[in-house]
Amino acid sequence: MSSATLYGLCGAVLVGLGLFGLIVHPQLLRKILAFNLIGSGVFLVFGVVARRGAAAGFGGDPVPQALVITGLVVAFAATALVVALLLRLFEQTGQVTLRSDG
Amino acid sequence: MPNSATAGGFLLVLAIVLPVAGVLLSVALGGRQAERIALIMMPAGLAVAVAIAAGVWRSHSVLQYFVGGWDPPLGIAFRADGLSSVMIVTAALLICGIGLFARTQFPTPRGAETRTSLVFWTLLLAVWGALNAVFIGGDLFNLYVALELLAFAAVPLVCLDGRAETLAAALRYLLFALLGSILYLLGTVLLYGAYGTLDIVLLSSRIRAEPVAWASVSLMTAGLLAKAALYPLHLWLPPAHAGAPAPASAILSGLVIKAPFFLVVRLWFDVMPRLPEHVAAQVLGALGAAAIIFGSVVALRQARLKLLIAYSTVAQIGYLFLMFPLATGPWAADAFSGGIMQALSHAFAKAAMFLSAGLIAESLGHDRIAGLSGAARALPVTFLALGLGGLSLMGLPPSGGFAAKWLLMKASIEAGQWVWAVVMAAGGLLAGGYLYRVLAPALSGESPQLKKAPARSRESVALALALVALLLAFAPPSFFTFLQIGRPAAGVALQ
Repeated sequence: MSSATLYGLCGAVLVGLGLFGLIVHPQLLRKILAFNLIGSGVFLVFGVVARRGAAAGFGGDPVPQALVITGLVVAFAATALVVALLLRLFEQTGQVTLRSDG
Repeated sequence: MPNSATAGGFLLVLAIVLPVAGVLLSVALGGRQAERIALIMMPAGLAVAVAIAAGVWRSHSVLQYFVGGWDPPLGIAFRADGLSSVMIVTAALLICGIGLFARTQFPTPRGAETRTSLVFWTLLLAVWGALNAVFIGGDLFNLYVALELLAFAAVPLVCLDGRAETLAAALRYLLFALLGSILYLLGTVLLYGAYGTLDIVLLSSRIRAEPVAWASVSLMTAGLLAKAALYPLHLWLPPAHAGAPAPASAILSGLVIKAPFFLVVRLWFDVMPRLPEHVAAQVLGALGAAAIIFGSVVALRQARLKLLIAYSTVAQIGYLFLMFPLATGPWAADAFSGGIMQALSHAFAKAAMFLSAGLIAESLGHDRIAGLSGAARALPVTFLALGLGGLSLMGLPPSGGFAAKWLLMKASIEAGQWVWAVVMAAGGLLAGGYLYRVLAPALSGESPQLKKAPARSRESVALALALVALLLAFAPPSFFTFLQIGRPAAGVALQ
């Protein structure tokens, strides 16, 4: 097994775990963490793609790395927004899930 | 397609830069200027949108701009074809109308700054900029960023009033949106890994029918469906769209959900036009059909007007996806025109309906359907706008909804796929049913006591948007030819 395959599989496992967590856990904070786990998996796949140098044919492709940086910023902003909303919800109702609101 | 920037290319940059500049200025100058800035940007942005459409119309080809002068695959392209310019004009018209409507609801405060005023006007421009970025993006990763911007601008609009229910609705919306965009991103990276480019035009020439293409396109489509709220991923939509203030609901239901739909169209018609995808397209059509039936039946049982309209959005989204199983064959052009016509007419009709519902709720102090008896006598213009919007949803002539459903039905009968025609007819009947539930009591009985009469100007905005939805019925054949500008060989290549 090449290292690229190994990293790719790791990425797949992370995405799978995250997806499971996002769907199964009712607590919003866990959902947020699970979303970040999926994000990490996707970014790992980006790294593998960069290593293969798919675009230009040379050893390392810089484009996916540029994309990862943008993706990280977006994921960070998304996390901040969800956490802010969650904090407001907690302040108002004291609940940390979306269950009881029906 | 010419491999260089075209003459009107800078207009595409303006379409994004103007609203974004407005957002930055509003944040810098604060709530007392936000409304004024938005009101300045609205005619300017509308002018740019019309100029883009005129440019595409005159040159009969795609407007193109390469950021920084770098050609794809390294650089990022903005492209406006017939479809994107129509969407840009639609967005501009709706934003302007909704902006005018919202002036009394989110006025600039005389004394201390209020947060809702600043946030609404800033986010209105942010949604607009993000929508334009989606419509002209030529690079799949750029489109991901545009989608995220759109979600970040749209989600806070849901919880402008800060009540616990709307916060929960916004959170649910955001979680669906994030899941959707991360799946989209995963698909994007797989495509890049396989073909070494994210530019839509380059990708369409390199993509082949193989597992990696299937996997990535499925991931991206699934992500986009979560954002477009296609059944069964619609759970977030009704509380979010019904809980938001009326102008925000109109933006969310009319425009925001059209962006992921637009990207599904881009993906299926532009990125992989030559891949045979019969089974997958049938699945999309089946989900659409399920959405029509489910959304309409649930809408029939709603007790509140705004929730009824929100569930009707769930149903109307379904029609959009009936164009996919019909996209192969000589009827493909009809199906395409029908799907896009549905997107346009629903945008105007649904915005008009949400605005009227907002006026009704303000005037009566509630939006319970059971309490609407006689309301149309007191609010004739508002109910006229609501009814005309509903006409388009039902698909009765003359309305854009009729044109859309007629084209889709024609295509489905020519294709021998009768089941879609049956579902559309049933959906039209059910829509008639839920609108009857609202209109019949409102038109009979004693006129109720109004808390306050709605402003004439706000009623006219809702009515004007409903009339645009009707006028779409008279779109000439040249309009549908215009939609095909920039399509890979006008849908024939799909075979």
